[in-house]
Amino acid sequence: MASFAGVDFFKTDDLLSEEERAVRDTVRAWVDDKLVPVIGEAYTQRRFPKELVPQMAELGMFGANMPEKYGCAELNNVAYGLIMQELERGDSGVRSFASVQSALVMYPILAFGSEEQRTHWLPKLAAGEVIGCFGLTEPDFGSDPGGMITRAVKDGDWWVINGTKMWITNGSTAGVAIIWAQTGELNDSKTISGFIVETERDGFSAKDQQGKLSLLASDTSELSLQDVRVPAENQLPDAMGLKHPLMCLNQARYGIAWGAVGAAMACYDEALSYAKNRVQFQRPIAGYQIQQVRLVEMLTEITKAQLLCLQLGRLKDKGALHHTQVSLAKRNNVNMATEVAREARRLLGANGILAEYQSMRHMANLESVYTYEGTHDIHGLIIGEEITGLSAIT
Amino acid sequence: MNIIVCVKRVPDSETRIKISEDGVSIDPAGVKFVLNPYDEFAIEEALVLKERAGAGTVAVMTLGGEEAKETLRTALAMGADTAVLLKGAPSPDGLGTAEKLADAISGREYDLILFGKQGIDDDNLQVPAMVAELLGLPCATVVVDLQIDGERVRAKREVEGGHEVAEFDLPGVISAQKGLNEPRYASLKGIMMAKKKPLEEVEVGDAAARVEIKELMPPAERAVGEILGEGPAAVPELVRRLREEAKAL
Ligand SMILES: Cc1cc2nc3c(=O)[nH]c(=O)nc-3n(C[C@H](O)[C@H](O)[C@H](O)COP(=O)(O)OP(=O)(O)OC[C@H]3O[C@@H](n4cnc5c(N)ncnc54)[C@H](O)[C@@H]3O)c2cc1C
Repeated sequence: MASFAGVDFFKTDDLLSEEERAVRDTVRAWVDDKLVPVIGEAYTQRRFPKELVPQMAELGMFGANMPEKYGCAELNNVAYGLIMQELERGDSGVRSFASVQSALVMYPILAFGSEEQRTHWLPKLAAGEVIGCFGLTEPDFGSDPGGMITRAVKDGDWWVINGTKMWITNGSTAGVAIIWAQTGELNDSKTISGFIVETERDGFSAKDQQGKLSLLASDTSELSLQDVRVPAENQLPDAMGLKHPLMCLNQARYGIAWGAVGAAMACYDEALSYAKNRVQFQRPIAGYQIQQVRLVEMLTEITKAQLLCLQLGRLKDKGALHHTQVSLAKRNNVNMATEVAREARRLLGANGILAEYQSMRHMANLESVYTYEGTHDIHGLIIGEEITGLSAIT
Repeated sequence: MNIIVCVKRVPDSETRIKISEDGVSIDPAGVKFVLNPYDEFAIEEALVLKERAGAGTVAVMTLGGEEAKETLRTALAMGADTAVLLKGAPSPDGLGTAEKLADAISGREYDLILFGKQGIDDDNLQVPAMVAELLGLPCATVVVDLQIDGERVRAKREVEGGHEVAEFDLPGVISAQKGLNEPRYASLKGIMMAKKKPLEEVEVGDAAARVEIKELMPPAERAVGEILGEGPAAVPELVRRLREEAKAL
């Protein structure tokens, strides 16, 4: 299997430390050796390649930016971003798996959990022994999760949870779910709280979302919670209010901003090599002006997005990152990647519609990425509010 | 089991090599350097042998400049315990390099010395056997299977058209061929730990250069490939081209 040589027109490699490059190269090699060869088939079989999870865990991809004492690699955020970039160069579904495990399951336990919860769950999640999912979205509450109707009611030393969660990545695979539920009056976003729910508890069930045309190599499920009883100590003690699940999403979006660049790099790389090899009218199509400009547009947008990610990561490592900067990067980079993927698919002609090539798979995947973790529109409104001081969301 | 693995920093096989102005060296600008791929087999084998023995150390060693530390850290990230940088310029003279390595090794404790069978840059295949010779040790090169039972080493080697099994007693020298094992990836934790492992630096001076490189030439340009079609549908056209254009049929 040919190895990926990277796309680095602006020598951004020079801006990375030796360790950051080493991390990127390890994950890059793993993606080339283990993920790329199997992903086309997994995708057409509509199956998450679960057999890769132990290898990902062994390399240390889950919670890679979290502390060593919980079994994590304690990388900086740029290195973490580079992992996401390389995983999504393979497939958005596999990157989604890692994002959910790390940013939406491990992060809330680390940030809002008790020390007992951390020492109990984080090493298992890092080792891939337990798979997690994150249940915020509901059938009637997507962009507006604050309106959720899933409720948690205290009953002595127990919480009793009732509700339905929709579009939950890893939902059917997970052994543990972070469930967000209303503990007070409906529409009071300050009383939304998070619970660690083992999925084998009575009343918990998951159903695979049928009929997807995007993110096929990922488990997306609907969760149903009917009188699910969890002990009081399963509540995340420091998560009271909608702000907390949104902080999780902010972690995940950070990784998505990097991941989207990986998907775009894969498509550009495929389009460039195809264009050099495909001969029409006795010349490689790369020799025609239209295809050259098409490739240049892709490369230009990828290069800009790479620089955006790098500064985003440096700010995060300094602790100086504002969530609207993450919104801007997620919004720009994912949108950029959807367009690069589409142009690559077009350049490939009929071959571009095959699973044997990557571009159409990325193109379809990226439509999910465009929508989840805050839609493109919603991020526009978040940034809009930041710069104008006027909210246009509600 | 104490093992020394000698490694080399080489250009990545994916990088496009440019020849420098001087015509006898490559232009390092924009070239990505990696741990020599055959050395990965040697490191993996050393790690497995140590794990199996349950004791000992794996030390990696290289002759080179400051930049070779990155290569040593790659080996440390895979799991080697310590690293030694012999500071000095390697030379196109295999014997020059072997002398520096043998000198440095002779004062150290070891049961086994491992190498990759060749560096993918110069393709000389000289150094492992020369180090063995200089140290007066038995040596098996191009090894695809290695069994060690007590002091006895049993090495299966690739020879033209088949295999050969050689045996000798430790200490000795082995050079690793592809197929010996599947090298592990440097884990992310391993990468973070590599910085904290000991990396010893020894000034050894430049290797003797009795052999001189007089000229470097790039390979002939390959013509662009052409995709004739997909699957069985492409066969008639392929056969026609092979017959009429390539005259291969
Ligand atoms: C594959 C996949 C995996 C997912 N995984 C998870 C998961 O693991 N956990 C989880 O909790 N959720 C998950 N989600 C859910 C995802 O976060 C939501 O789909 C997303 O928040 C959008 O919600 P919605 O689909 O209900 O769209 P809606 O909110 O109904 O939006 C519909 C349209 O209206 C627009 N819109 C909404 N509000 C406004 C407004 N105020 N002004 C202007 N336009 C507006 C949107 O931009 C969009 O175009 C996943 C989704 C997908 C597709």
